[in-house]
Amino acid sequence: MSVEISVNLRKKIDEIKKKFPRDKSPILPLLHAFQDEFGYISVEIEEEVAKIVGVSPVYVREVSTFYSMFNNKPVGKYHIQVCGNISCWLRGYDEIVEYIKKKLGIEIGETTPDGKFTLSRVECLGMCDQAPVMQINGDFYGNLTPEKIDEILDNLE
Amino acid sequence: MSVKILTKHFHIKDSHKIDVYISDGGYKQAERALKEMKPEEILEEVKKSNLRGRGGAGFPTGLKWSFVPKDTGKPVYLCVNSDESEPGTFKDRHIIEKDPHMLLEGIIITSYTIGAHESYIYIRGEYYPQAIRLQEAIDEAYAKGFLGENIFGTGYKLDVKIYRGAGAYICGEETALLESIEGKKGKPRLKPPFPAVVGLYNCPTVINNVETIANIPAIVEKGGEWFASLGPEKNGGTKLYAISGHVNKPGVYEHEMGYPLMKLINEDAGGVIDGLKLKAVIPGGSSVPVLRAEECDINLDYDSVAKAGSMLGSGAVIVMSEKTCMVRALQRLIHFYKDESCGQCTPCREGTGWMLKIINRIVSGNGRKEDVDTLYYIAKGILGHTVCPLGDAAAMPVMSFIDKFRDEFEYFAINKKSKVE
Repeated sequence: MSVEISVNLRKKIDEIKKKFPRDKSPILPLLHAFQDEFGYISVEIEEEVAKIVGVSPVYVREVSTFYSMFNNKPVGKYHIQVCGNISCWLRGYDEIVEYIKKKLGIEIGETTPDGKFTLSRVECLGMCDQAPVMQINGDFYGNLTPEKIDEILDNLE
Repeated sequence: MSVKILTKHFHIKDSHKIDVYISDGGYKQAERALKEMKPEEILEEVKKSNLRGRGGAGFPTGLKWSFVPKDTGKPVYLCVNSDESEPGTFKDRHIIEKDPHMLLEGIIITSYTIGAHESYIYIRGEYYPQAIRLQEAIDEAYAKGFLGENIFGTGYKLDVKIYRGAGAYICGEETALLESIEGKKGKPRLKPPFPAVVGLYNCPTVINNVETIANIPAIVEKGGEWFASLGPEKNGGTKLYAISGHVNKPGVYEHEMGYPLMKLINEDAGGVIDGLKLKAVIPGGSSVPVLRAEECDINLDYDSVAKAGSMLGSGAVIVMSEKTCMVRALQRLIHFYKDESCGQCTPCREGTGWMLKIINRIVSGNGRKEDVDTLYYIAKGILGHTVCPLGDAAAMPVMSFIDKFRDEFEYFAINKKSKVE
C-alpha cells in the first residue's frame, strides 16, 4: 500500500527538503507534515519518509517512536492531552481527568466509539501559570474546571 | 521599582509585532553592533555582564561563546534552545508570545559575534501556536531586511530557521537537541568534544536558551557593567521567575537576580492559596532539590540557592502548601523522569523504572517500610552515573524529598495511607 500524497503535502515536502538540506534533518519536519495530514504515522508513511530522506524504514520507525507526539495509531478527531505533571497536579489534575473520563466514557489512551475524542495524559506542557491545562489539537486551554471543560468539549463539532 | 529588560514590552498592545518593537528602539542595537562594533568588543561586553545561561546550568555566556574556535574553515551555528520542558518552566513561552523580536535581535547580535550565518531555533513540538507566532516574526524580520542577505547594508548574512521538536524532554539537553535537529533520536552525546568545537553537523556550535539570548540587545545598549550591576556578584542582570503551584497569582515575574524567594511568593504571587501554610518549594524546576518552608528565606540567584542546597535552575518556582502529600508529589515526578529517560544509560533507564514501581507500590497501599530506603538507594545509584544530567535530575528530587520528608514516606509505607490527606 502506498500513501496518497496531496498537492498541498507535496508542496510541504519540497519546502522541507529545501529548508533542511543536510543529513537526516528533514525527518522530524516530514513526520509532523504527514501527521498533520493523516493524523498518525502508519507503516506506509514511515516507508514514504524513508524513501524521501534516503534511509531505511526501520530508521524512521526508531525516530518516530522515540518522540511522544507522533501517534503510531489513529486518534480521534480531537486529541485531548491533559497535563499530569506536578504544577497541574497541585491544581487539580486528578479531578479534571476523572471528570473528562466520566463525561466521555473512556479511559486514558482510549478513543470514543464515534471516533471524535481521544484522551491522553501528557507531561508538562509549559503552561503551569494556567494549571490545570490541556491541549486539544495544538490549542491550549487553561484554568480548567468541570464547567469550562463542558463548554470547551460541547462546542467542538 | 525593579528594572525590566525582558518584560518591558509585555503590557503593550500587539507587542509581538515588528512595528511596535521598532517604535521602542527595536533592532537599533543589532544595527549598531553590526555597523560599529567588532565581534570581540561585543564578546567583551557579554563577559563583563556576568550573564549566565538561563536554561538551568547557569554557565557564563561570554565564556561559552569564547570556546568557539576561529578559522576552522567550517560554518559556525547558533542553536537557540526553546525546548522549555522542565516541569514548572514557562518563561520562554512568554518571551516568544509577547516579544519574539527581542529574541530575534539577540540572535542577530549573537550570530554576528560568534561568526554564524545560520541559526536554528529548536522549539518544543507542543508549542505549536508559539511556533506560528515566531515564524510570523521571522517573516517580518526578513521583510524588513533584518535577516537574510546584506543585513543593514553591512554585507553580513544570517538565516534563522525554526526546528520543531516532537515531545521529548531530553531534547532540552544541548547535545540531544543537536541530535534531534540532525534527524535522530534525541540521545545525548558524550562530552568532550563540546558542541563549541564539534556541534551541529560536526561544526562549531553555540547553544543558548531563549531568555539568555533575549538579554543580549540590552547588554549591547547599556553595557556589560550596567547589566552586571543589577545582580549580586557573578549573577548579572534580571531573571524571569516563573512561579506555579499553590499560589494565588501564578505567573512570570521579572526581577533583578537575587530577588528574595519569600517576597516572590507572598508579594508577586499573592501568597499561598486559601490562606494555607507553606510546606515546601522546588526553586528551579522539578529537577532540583526541594526546600522545606523554613529553608525558603533565601535570595534567588545561582550562588545563593546553591548555598541553600538546591539550584536556581530555570528559575521555575513550584510552591506546595501544607495540604500537599509529598509522596504523591514525588510519584508525579518519578513518573515524568521514567517517561522521559532516553534509555541510553542503564542506571537512568532501569533506575527510573524501578523507582516508579516502588513509589506506585507505596501509593497503592502495598508498601513496606524498607521501600523508602530502597528508593533512596536506587536514586543514589543513578546520581552521577549517566552521560547527561537527566539521571541526576531524576535522582535529586527523590533524595531530597526523602531527606526532608522521610516521616511522610515511612508513614505511607507502613500505614498504607497518606499522612496529610
